[in-house]
Amino acid sequence: MNQIFRTYENKLIKSGLVGPEPPLLGCLDAHLEWNRTDRKRVALEDIFKQLNINALIFSQPAEPYRSIIDYLAETSNGTITPNDCETRTFLHDLPVSFQFSSNSVASILKARKSVIIPGHGIITHGTVGLEQAYVTFSSVCFAGFVKFFCDFLLHAKKGHVDTKRRQVFDQVIRNLDPPVSFNDSLMKGPLNSKKRVCEAIQEAGRLTVEHRLVDSHFGNISFRHGRTLYISQTGSSLDKLKDALDPCPLDGSSCVPITASSELPTHLEIVQHTDNKAILHGHPKFSVILSMDCDIKECMCRRECHLACPHERFVCGIPIVSGEVGSGPHSLCNTVPEATRGNPGVIVYGHGLFTTGKTDFNQPFKNLIQIENNCRTEYFNRIRSLENVESC
Amino acid sequence: MYGWCGKIARIHLTDQSWRVEVPDLNVLKSFIGGRGLAGYYIRKKITLDWNHPDMPLLLFAGPLVNTRSPTSGRMTIMSRSPLTGAVGDSSVGGSFGFQLKKAGFDGIIITGKSDRLCGIEIKDNDIHISDASHLKGRETGDVHSLLKGRGSTAVIGPAAENGVLFSSVIIDGHFAAGRSGIGLTFASKNLKYITMRGTGKTNVFDPKGLRSAREDVFRLTAASPILMGKFGISRFGTGALYDLMDARRMMPTENFRKTQFDQAFKLNAHAFKKKFKPKNTGCRGCHILCKKITKDQTSIPEFETMSHFSALLGNTDIGTVVKANRICNEMGMDTISAAATLACFSEISKKKLSPQEVVSLLIDIGKKKGVGVELSQGAAKFAGNCDRSDLAMVVKGQELPAYDPRGAYGMALAYATSSRGGCHLRAYPISHEILRKPVATDRFSFNGKARMIKIGEDLNAVADSLTACKFTFFAASLEEYAKIYTTVTGIKTLSQDLFEVGERICYNERMMNAANGFTEKDDDLPARFFTMPGYKDDGINIEPIDKEAFLTARSNYYIARKLNENGTPVSKVAKELGLEPI
Repeated sequence: MNQIFRTYENKLIKSGLVGPEPPLLGCLDAHLEWNRTDRKRVALEDIFKQLNINALIFSQPAEPYRSIIDYLAETSNGTITPNDCETRTFLHDLPVSFQFSSNSVASILKARKSVIIPGHGIITHGTVGLEQAYVTFSSVCFAGFVKFFCDFLLHAKKGHVDTKRRQVFDQVIRNLDPPVSFNDSLMKGPLNSKKRVCEAIQEAGRLTVEHRLVDSHFGNISFRHGRTLYISQTGSSLDKLKDALDPCPLDGSSCVPITASSELPTHLEIVQHTDNKAILHGHPKFSVILSMDCDIKECMCRRECHLACPHERFVCGIPIVSGEVGSGPHSLCNTVPEATRGNPGVIVYGHGLFTTGKTDFNQPFKNLIQIENNCRTEYFNRIRSLENVESC
Repeated sequence: MYGWCGKIARIHLTDQSWRVEVPDLNVLKSFIGGRGLAGYYIRKKITLDWNHPDMPLLLFAGPLVNTRSPTSGRMTIMSRSPLTGAVGDSSVGGSFGFQLKKAGFDGIIITGKSDRLCGIEIKDNDIHISDASHLKGRETGDVHSLLKGRGSTAVIGPAAENGVLFSSVIIDGHFAAGRSGIGLTFASKNLKYITMRGTGKTNVFDPKGLRSAREDVFRLTAASPILMGKFGISRFGTGALYDLMDARRMMPTENFRKTQFDQAFKLNAHAFKKKFKPKNTGCRGCHILCKKITKDQTSIPEFETMSHFSALLGNTDIGTVVKANRICNEMGMDTISAAATLACFSEISKKKLSPQEVVSLLIDIGKKKGVGVELSQGAAKFAGNCDRSDLAMVVKGQELPAYDPRGAYGMALAYATSSRGGCHLRAYPISHEILRKPVATDRFSFNGKARMIKIGEDLNAVADSLTACKFTFFAASLEEYAKIYTTVTGIKTLSQDLFEVGERICYNERMMNAANGFTEKDDDLPARFFTMPGYKDDGINIEPIDKEAFLTARSNYYIARKLNENGTPVSKVAKELGLEPI
């Protein structure tokens, strides 16, 4: 168990989600085990008794998430409702408990995967291990971040930024990671063997995580080699793809890729209908935030932006398209592939960014960084144009 | 009343009478419906012999059935299993559960024994018992056709009439309640068929809320590669798992002597789709539509059947797989048990079965002719009679499905602890160990698996009681279904409340099995899995399971499940769960 605890402590800290205090991790099989001592364990043990779960994470998020989460929680009526894809699909909303008592927290966790306790931190749980609790923890931080910046821009446009919001904003931007920079080179094409393809995918996946261009470790990545598309598996860590790549025959003759990323239909459409071979999909935050900033005044589809936006939209010259995860009637496989033609990337509303390349992952990875950095700059330009705020 | 009809029909075949019972709301809340409610109503009779006239045969649907709840067209058939002596039940699709609710019942409980072969015909609130002597020995498809116009049908075939221990019940001509030998319980009551039709509606407390909750589930299933993906079960049927099991080197081959089948690529779901061009269909009220049926009404085999009638027998003829499936359905036999019994026979007799032999042996079993007489008792009894019990790949007397436990240790533990014996569906850890949902777990480790299996069992007990399809839970969770349950019944319920019900249902089944003498010695796997490797190559080694690690995990499961060291229930825990002694 110690090894598992160390793994998730490292993941949480390395991804900038928690710190400086280490997280508190609990796992229950026959007996409950913790990664460390903490006086809050008594309350958390009571939560374990009340819930049919086997894993729990409790931690203060690291800055800037801590300030964001506390602010959103304190100014909520008990429920935070972000509009990003991750929340809409998987979390539904982010409930808040204004007191740290086992009963209060457990009553919320009986219905949801997470609870935010302002001033104390976030609790998430899982029924199949710490990985599940980790993914939820990461998603809560991501969703909170996106909501906070979306809300600030919206309020700035309305001229309604109150003092508290402004103070938190100023503090948050002081704690942002610096813009991503990458001056190195990835494996160069042609990637003409399965071995090289797999190595190149693993390298690009690892760098995407290291540069924090994904929410938790998700996102997906693929490369077409001959008549096979090699693609990351669903729920795989992009920095641990060694045994998590599915070969997908383009003739559909095998169902082995049933465990491939849920974005497989989009990847397939792209490699089959364009001359791109390398596809990278991440969740860089400012690309997602700006995708949800729409100035179109009167729109009949206002509440369906993620499903079917009727407008041609761009940010920093990059198309923004609607579309949902997977294979449904509003799947992003109907919108993204066409939009990749002639563009360095495509942003999916409230979701993430797809970039493509013809021979290797150099261009997709660099585009992912460039587009995110451009969106970040654009975000603060928009804020600056609306009011005087501390520059980032 | 919302969700439930609030009526249960008790039919006594001996005197051909029936009456309506009104269940207590607290009982409904405590056991929900389907498997849970059937378990509640059978518990006091569970120590009777399986063929005792007073042994109830129960058919129950859940509160979500006949509403717009996603994937809620299923139901449960339960009795004491003729095959195992344990609790015996099957969750089955089609439209029977839907019609049961439309007819105004949450369930029917059948006791007694008719003096001649009979059928039960239910139309709305009217129940009629018909003479079915003229249907004696008729195959299920024939009977289904003859009953056309009388609603949904549940029919047994000649196998049950002839005493085959793994007899099934066929719903609507295509959907099998296969496991546990429940078809034989029908036969023991001289009951050939039940027809069900109705015109009633199930009241929904909050239709608008239900619409919103449906959308949540639709969004999640659309995002699921396993359900709705390009290679998912909606497009290829459950056979979509075939390639994956072989690729993960956990496809039971040649009676579980190996875990990889060289010819798998020729018999995969793609090959079936290409050759038979089936149409998508499914259970009533389901949007996933995993059932595949051809234009001429031939059912494409489910994954378990595909795998066992090919790899387990070393058969490479795709036509034989379809034919074997058809024979089993027409004769009314569980395909998993039938194929596994043949594989056991093949190994004991040291004879690889040709396609023709597979077909003729299945017919012999169904007709109880020749060696079919011995094989009709299932692998465990057949191997025991040959003094080769070690070659029967069974748990609690029920033949194992198509996931080799050496390739997924949670599955190994779940097979052992399953209350109905060799069954993959009680906890279905394949979801996380292989399909990576909700997240991936280490398939070659028992670490943490005891409680995961306990939680998985509780979850699936709830699914079987709502009644919803377990496949939905590859994408959705009880979080979404608690909202659906609340909007349908009007009873404010959270996901963890449902888990509590699941725990009660599972504990009740453990109590019933304990009352029939089941202990930890029955929570075990065949010795082969602890001694023989399954595959070695390609960097994937399928090693024998470490027996000591397995036993530790099983002990951990007993702690997680709050059982005694010997796997039997504790009266204090039962009382806390509201379960009276049996």
